[in-house]
Amino acid sequence: MDNTKGAGFLEVENVKDNGIPLIQLIDIHKIYQMGDSEVRANDGINLTINEGEFVAIVGKSGSGKSTIMNIIGALDTPTSGQYILKGEDVSRMKGDALAEVRNRLIGFIFQQYNLLSKQNLIENVELPLLYAGVSKKQRRKLAMEALRKVGLEDKWRNYPNQLSGGQQQRGAVARALAGNPSLILADEPTGALDSKTSSELLNFLKQLNQNGNTIVLITHDRYVAEQANRVVGLHDGKIIFDQSVEEYRKQVKA
Amino acid sequence: MKVSQAFKLAIRSILGSKLRSFLTMLGMIIGVGSVISLVGLMQGVTNYIISTFDDLGTNMITVGITNTDTRKVDVDDMYAFVKENNSLFQGVSPKISTRYTIKNGSTSMTTTVNGVGEDYLRINNLELSSGRFIQYADIKNRYNGCVIGSYIVEELFEGKVSVGDTLKINGQVYEIVGIQEEESDSEEHSTDDIIYIPYTNAARLSGSADISSYVIAAHNADIVEQGEAVLDTYLYDILKNEDLYNISSMTILLETITTMTSMLSSILGGIAGISLLVAGIGIMNIMLVSVVERTKEIGIRKAIGAKKRDIMSQFVIEAALISCLGGMLGIIFGSILTRILGNAFGIEAAPSANTVLMAFGISAAIGIGFGYMPANKAAKLNPIDALRSE
Repeated sequence: MDNTKGAGFLEVENVKDNGIPLIQLIDIHKIYQMGDSEVRANDGINLTINEGEFVAIVGKSGSGKSTIMNIIGALDTPTSGQYILKGEDVSRMKGDALAEVRNRLIGFIFQQYNLLSKQNLIENVELPLLYAGVSKKQRRKLAMEALRKVGLEDKWRNYPNQLSGGQQQRGAVARALAGNPSLILADEPTGALDSKTSSELLNFLKQLNQNGNTIVLITHDRYVAEQANRVVGLHDGKIIFDQSVEEYRKQVKA
Repeated sequence: MKVSQAFKLAIRSILGSKLRSFLTMLGMIIGVGSVISLVGLMQGVTNYIISTFDDLGTNMITVGITNTDTRKVDVDDMYAFVKENNSLFQGVSPKISTRYTIKNGSTSMTTTVNGVGEDYLRINNLELSSGRFIQYADIKNRYNGCVIGSYIVEELFEGKVSVGDTLKINGQVYEIVGIQEEESDSEEHSTDDIIYIPYTNAARLSGSADISSYVIAAHNADIVEQGEAVLDTYLYDILKNEDLYNISSMTILLETITTMTSMLSSILGGIAGISLLVAGIGIMNIMLVSVVERTKEIGIRKAIGAKKRDIMSQFVIEAALISCLGGMLGIIFGSILTRILGNAFGIEAAPSANTVLMAFGISAAIGIGFGYMPANKAAKLNPIDALRSE
């Protein structure tokens, strides 16, 4: 959409005065070769996200939202285009450099929680700090702090299978928070939760955002997307809308 | 991530599946155990053989000399030579060995009569049960005195004999001045079936004036070769002809035995080493399975920021740890087995420190070597695919 693109560029102009935006996706293409045909999973995506935003990326399966999540999460690199994360060009990085970016700048929340089953909760939360080379004492302290934020400080010794789904997901949030990342990237975080724990988690994410954390949430669920402040819609690898949550609600109703 | 952390992870993973870890280690245990016990046993056998030969006189050099009219080496020359080289030699004795018929009254038998010098007893570590040995005065005076072995005591005197009794050697009357302690169960043709007389008497009995054969004792078996060389130079300088003398000792035999046994232990160790290789492949196999099983875990770790070398070290250290633990258990198992088998075979066998160190080193190397491939596979996993796997 023309005005989306315009708004994006406008924002870039705006933030130049008070620093660079957190995320700049510039003409991102991701093309998979499937035999003879090529699949354009992302087909020219331009998106700018500033610090402190809570953005939901919505789309049906096959819309390219997983691909863009992988790129934003520095798990993958685009075929062409530029991805600048906190001033660093991530789009041409490889292996260990990407791992370092993920470790330093991004906290992941996955649909399946993805806690390591053979480690207890605090060890799971310590994991990003471990790979960041934080000392043992400091690790424990930061991890405990993160657990306190999600209200699981008394469960720190428990193993994931001793926790409920909601608790596990909160543990995963604690893990994402532990390294104090610039961006929290949540991939269908409520996908495995019942509606009650889902809304609890979403409220918690909102609260995190109000405390200044930048959150990007990928979902196919309209209700979940409505919890964000800004909603970006994807279809066939292209952004079809990029609007405030109020506009999104109106559009959905209509 | 620090190495200590990787160790902790590895220990936890090993303890997490104890049975599997143990079965993986089993190959290592058997491999290292068999290397250690086989090499230890062979070492025991070698030592046993060498000590057996030591009793037979591995420090002894036998010299045979054929004197000619113009070139001569006599007894005094040999004594002087040995005295001159007393750093190498502890003594010398002529030795004229002949078989004679001996008689006690109407009983007669044939035995070996050795004409020897007064030092023969000492350099051969022989002992007497009563009386004395041949002395310098006996030799000088050609005194008809003899020392008899225990087989002679039994056969010729039916056990009833004492110093001062007489017997006849080749028709001549000899006084028994000493009786040798039993050496080898008083059997025929053994070292107990023997009579010692002064070499001067023996020379006369055999009808030749020259002494043609000597035994020289080196201080120990290790300097025998050096002694032989010195002796060779000495004799060649006088006789000028290699055919006129010969020098022999057991060193060559001993060397041959040592070479053979060490070769055997290498072969046995090598065969046992094959089981180490098999054990290594077993570890690799398990680690590969483990990588597949833990793909999701690897994906999570990578997503959270684990670098290649973090994943790599986690798996390599786990493989090395399994291997080393197996190696250590194998060393214990092998040491016990060595002693049990040593006792069973009546050999004093002990695992050598070298073998233990080598076995441990090899097991660690195998762990790292065979752990590398699976670890590399794990480290190279794409985090997206790894996360998606169940």
